[in-house]
Amino acid sequence: MTAPPVDTVAAVLLVPIGAATLLAVLPSYRLSARLNVLASLLTLLAALSLLIARPAPGQFLLIDDLNVVFIVLNTLVGFTTSVFSASYIAHEIEIGRLTPASLRFYHAMYQVMMFGMNLALVANNIGLMWVAIELATLTTVMMVGLYRTPHALEAAWKYFILGSVGIALALFGTILVYMAARPVVGEGLDGMTWTILVRNVAAFDPALLNVAFVFLLLGYGTKVGLAPLHAWLPDAHAEGPTPISAVLSGLLLNVALYALLRFKILLAAAPGVIAPGPLMVTMGLTSLIFAAFMLYRRRDIKRMFAYSSIEHMGIIAFAFGMGGPLANFAGLLHMTMHSLTKSAIFFSVGHISQIKGTQRIADIRGLTVTHPVLGWGLVLGVMAITGMPPLGIFMSEFLVVSSTFAREPLLAIPLVLGLLVAFGALLLRLGTLAFGEPLGSTARAEASYMPMFAHLALVLVAGIYLPGPVVVWFQHVASLLG
Amino acid sequence: MDHLAFDVAHLLAGGLVLISMTMLYQDRLYALIRVFALHAVVLALSVAWQAAIQHAPHLYITATIALLFKAIIIPVSLLRIMRQLGVHREIDTVVGIGPTMLAGMGLIALSMVVMLRVTTESDPLAREDLAFALSVVLLGLLMMVTRRNAVSQVVGFMSLENGLILAATGAKGMPLVVEISVAFSVLIAFIVIGIFLFRIRERFDTVDVRALEQLRGEER
Repeated sequence: MTAPPVDTVAAVLLVPIGAATLLAVLPSYRLSARLNVLASLLTLLAALSLLIARPAPGQFLLIDDLNVVFIVLNTLVGFTTSVFSASYIAHEIEIGRLTPASLRFYHAMYQVMMFGMNLALVANNIGLMWVAIELATLTTVMMVGLYRTPHALEAAWKYFILGSVGIALALFGTILVYMAARPVVGEGLDGMTWTILVRNVAAFDPALLNVAFVFLLLGYGTKVGLAPLHAWLPDAHAEGPTPISAVLSGLLLNVALYALLRFKILLAAAPGVIAPGPLMVTMGLTSLIFAAFMLYRRRDIKRMFAYSSIEHMGIIAFAFGMGGPLANFAGLLHMTMHSLTKSAIFFSVGHISQIKGTQRIADIRGLTVTHPVLGWGLVLGVMAITGMPPLGIFMSEFLVVSSTFAREPLLAIPLVLGLLVAFGALLLRLGTLAFGEPLGSTARAEASYMPMFAHLALVLVAGIYLPGPVVVWFQHVASLLG
Repeated sequence: MDHLAFDVAHLLAGGLVLISMTMLYQDRLYALIRVFALHAVVLALSVAWQAAIQHAPHLYITATIALLFKAIIIPVSLLRIMRQLGVHREIDTVVGIGPTMLAGMGLIALSMVVMLRVTTESDPLAREDLAFALSVVLLGLLMMVTRRNAVSQVVGFMSLENGLILAATGAKGMPLVVEISVAFSVLIAFIVIGIFLFRIRERFDTVDVRALEQLRGEER
């Protein structure tokens, strides 16, 4: 492993923070939108270079096989969303929903959020990881409230309160982990450095670790949007700007999940502790079934896809909870596919609701007739998210279901039930949205289709043929997860 | 272990729990904020005592931050905001005072049972500290869910954060990173909340969050 000429880990962090400073002072929103795209692209390139040359773990920053997957996914979706965002906000300015001043704030916050998420992913210190996730949360809270309508403010307030409670519980859990580590690894920074913790975890007090994990699961679980702590998620998705819905679903939920996985690895290496699996399986199944039934009652299109995100985070938590090489592999694949698909859906939904001037499902009809590209994009996206072959999610869901049947047939019944219920709900809505007599505005779409179709193409390719090195990579990471 | 050191730490942490309970039955906003200031003072004392007995001078910084920001700046500015906004002073509770107090006692018992049982191998000081800290955290949570008023929810959140700081300082030798960040995040949180309060006022002429509660999944 050769040392890279520039410190690429630092670049993943410094580019967003530098861009945020610059964006905070730039007055022109057109220029800012371009700069936002450029900065996101640079971050993506820096992240990709981590695949080739990986720096040695430091005291605060760490790149390993697990988080490199997350970082690349994070920066990729961050980049495509910034492209989508540029065309989305141009329309918002036109109709006067946003002012240039609030956009300056929006762009700066976008980069601060990317910084927070990237920092959470590369942090080698569980305290630093906590701080970064809190930072990312606070920035998204402010962005959810960006429109300043009563609904947007309520959504932001609810998100803020529930998010703070979650983050407080997570901090308590983090402190308990430190307490467990202290007698073994000594006082100071070492007691929070992840690489040192995982090496010595076998000697930690198991009882303390158990309690710590419960707090961490509840705390970070709130961020992941697992039932019964999901109440903030639909509102935040529905009321904020759509690019933020896309990054919330595609990225922030993953980052919180990543934090949970880190602690799961820690617990897996310690003898005599409770198995974290059953807890995650229970929460995952509850989320899946609850969200699947809730999907039927949605009348707001963004809210509906927010519930679908809860459903999928449930599936992912379930898969990781089951554990073992196959289920972990499926969980990782599902997480990647869900990020790509759900953000693609939000890209399409964002343009659709702008054209139609509404988010009410009842007021949107016949999209494939009036806006063929957007309409069929949405159809493809929903087909993917419901798990139709040959798209990527079919493969990951199939793996989850088949590995569950092989090991715990009884658990497979509620799992399949939840999947089918959600499948029915989404297809039912898709029927009226995409087909039938057109309803509402037929104005031409000034959309950027590149991000949506890039994501869908990736999902399609992954469903048909997953390249060998990727499979090997995922298998390796799955074995790390235990 | 030095008996006096242990007793004083115990007294201060226990005092924090007691003040948390006191906050539960305040039905005037002004009084609630003053009690919160007292909460922060006791926290500062407790942290300072930990700094002295652990010989950890950096904890004095945390104590100073707690004293300056939480006991003085935040209560003063909250009181000023309320005076400017002319907020009504009574607190609207979701659940009556009696049941809330009972629930509070239940939570304290719960945290004692949980924490004391799992920390048998830690040193007694840290043990008691963690149990008290968890009580404060849970009482803060309870306050957030039983109040409708935005200001009292914020106070509940800040008392919860106080509990976290108590836990962090009780854990001997916990890196400074975390303490500063906690204090810092409280500050950020406060700014965020301040912005929110002003915007809420702008829109609704009230800081009662009920005015905000129109989002219902079923209707949309």
